[in-house]
Amino acid sequence: MAIVSLREAINQAIDEEMARDERVFLMGEEVANYQGAYKVSQGLLQKWGPRRIIDTPIAEAGFAGVGVGAAMVGLRPIIEFMTWNFSLVAYDQIVNNAAKMLSMSGGNFHVPIVFRGPGGAAHGLGATHSQALESVYAHFPGLKVVMPSNCKDAKGLLKTSIRDDNPIVFIESEVMYGDKGEIPDGEYTIPLGVGEIKKEGNDLTIVSWSKTLAHVVLKAVDVLQQELNVSIEVIDPRTIKPMDYDLIVESVKKTNRLVIVEEGWPFAGVGAQISHEVTSRAFDSLDAPVERVTQEDVPLPYAHNLETLSLPNLDKIRTAVKKVLYID
Amino acid sequence: MKSTAAVAPKQNHSRLPGLSRETLLSWYDDMLLVRRFEEKCAQLYGMGKIMGFCHLYNGQEAVSTGAIKGALNPNDYVITAYRDHGQAISKGVDPKAILAELLGKYTGTTRGKGGSMHIFDRATNFLGGHAIIGGHIPLASGVGFAIKYRGEKKVCLCFMGDGATNIGAFHEALNLAGLWKLPVIFIIENNKYAMGTAVERSSAVQDLHKKAIAYNISSEVVNGMDVLEIYQKVKAAADRARATYEPTLLEIETYRFRGHSMSDPVHGVYRSKDEVESRKQSDPIILLGETLKEEGMITDQYFDEAEKRIKKIVEECVEFAENSPDPPVDELWKDVYFEGRGE
Ligand SMILES: Cc1ncc(C[n+]2csc(CCOP(=O)(O)OP(=O)(O)O)c2C)c(N)n1
Ligand SMILES: [Mg+2]
Repeated sequence: MAIVSLREAINQAIDEEMARDERVFLMGEEVANYQGAYKVSQGLLQKWGPRRIIDTPIAEAGFAGVGVGAAMVGLRPIIEFMTWNFSLVAYDQIVNNAAKMLSMSGGNFHVPIVFRGPGGAAHGLGATHSQALESVYAHFPGLKVVMPSNCKDAKGLLKTSIRDDNPIVFIESEVMYGDKGEIPDGEYTIPLGVGEIKKEGNDLTIVSWSKTLAHVVLKAVDVLQQELNVSIEVIDPRTIKPMDYDLIVESVKKTNRLVIVEEGWPFAGVGAQISHEVTSRAFDSLDAPVERVTQEDVPLPYAHNLETLSLPNLDKIRTAVKKVLYID
Repeated sequence: MKSTAAVAPKQNHSRLPGLSRETLLSWYDDMLLVRRFEEKCAQLYGMGKIMGFCHLYNGQEAVSTGAIKGALNPNDYVITAYRDHGQAISKGVDPKAILAELLGKYTGTTRGKGGSMHIFDRATNFLGGHAIIGGHIPLASGVGFAIKYRGEKKVCLCFMGDGATNIGAFHEALNLAGLWKLPVIFIIENNKYAMGTAVERSSAVQDLHKKAIAYNISSEVVNGMDVLEIYQKVKAAADRARATYEPTLLEIETYRFRGHSMSDPVHGVYRSKDEVESRKQSDPIILLGETLKEEGMITDQYFDEAEKRIKKIVEECVEFAENSPDPPVDELWKDVYFEGRGE
């Protein structure tokens, strides 16, 4: 076991897969000379050279499309968005070209590509630079959406994503890049679509992922278990699509209560989808309606007090937990 | 100002066509205000009072002063990217409200909603700082469209970086402006880098002004360290736009003396200390000061007085911003859909 930061874990995954497969390359803004806007690709230019670590102009639609085209004819691109917010400029390439190519071409062309970069809010970045877009991309058939919450998962899931023959939306978190964690020595991968029980418990289940799980939910659970004298089970689905519904349904059959905490907006959010699936598959096991904690249904403001108020936080989680437990 | 009034200005100098001493000094003050204002921003950022991304304009001040304060009428429009403090100040947006915005206060230009990258001000037709590269450029064409639609004699100034000329929105917006003859002046502030990427590494065409040729828009290169040249070129483009609705593209060659944003060092991976130091030799504020002195419009004494005056303004901004309240909680849900503000 080695302790590494999240940025190092991701860097290792890219590096190892580049060594394993000559078709893999990394392309994006500031990934080469500058060593990555968030230093994720540190050292990769020096090791692999400018043929495989490629700086682009600010041209998201262009270089995302270059990635899709190259993938159609046999390469395996990793396309970095400096942040996922900028993927909206390349939305057409991702949702029309990458997601639909295999189906639309009747199986003629598949698109083995990883789009990756940080998503979600950081601190004070304002409305256009703070968006949690997982539910948006998960909406499109043909895309898989992966969101690690820790270093070990990030490395294992990214390696699997690079080897996957489908377009992958791999969403990291800027505020997690410095987070440290253990990773296994040597080669390992983690399958997509398999969630993990982060913590066992009996009285209710909380599902959450990525930074919201790592930075908000796990801390809230510590506080609330003490405060309310309850035992909480925590599940990290790790991939948003395919979603490990079986794991969540099994947990709810045991705890009879479910709270989903996500950073995205409420309308058509990932939590709405999970809630539907659990309600239809485990209705008889539920002792309370499923509760969701999300960001408020507003563009995220800059001011610190409003930003904090909008995003999922301990108070909102406490309210939801008390509600499913009928504590007032 | 009084104390230097005794100095007689030279007459009819070609560099200062028809510009009064008062006008020129107001430009000097405007540039100095932007510089000192942002030095304060850097300090406040270091103290954790300004959050998020903060991009400073140090070195580029002549562009906003010459193009906006110099060449525009008050009812003309300005739209820009995220490096927007200087342009807002030159447009007449209250610097107190700008600083309050940076501190996330309710008295800020957007009530704390936008922060540094999103200064907006309806009263001065300042249509915003925008943070997605290139996203605002089509809006400028839209403003030009509205001006022409109404038959007005106004122009829209649209600022962007060199890096922004590589994104699709730039090309679509220019084509539309060229095709429909929209009264927009597109200003590329070519400071040589987009974050750490030099123009040579990002654009197939190095002379960015040539990109206008594809869209049948006339273009020119302008020395961005010379506020007088900027004024003249933008004024000429604005006059033409008012008369014929013709758009113009100006490539203004400038340089940022600081890092891209607060987290980027001044020099390092992508540019050397020597390069930055040599560029600092042509500081636009010092250059204008020297010209004014040579023309006999001011003496050294003026510089001290201006510093004092500006220092006081910046102090007032800080005091105002620090003493302003945070946005109230219910502000979070306001202005998502337009219903008036119910006030
Ligand atoms: C679509 C998009 N991609 C990437 C970014 C991240 N980004 C912010 S500023 C910047 C560099 C822009 O450089 P330039 O246009 O030259 O303007 P300057 O910062 O030099 O004023 C980049 C890549 C962004 N904001 N939007
Ligand atoms: Mg630039």
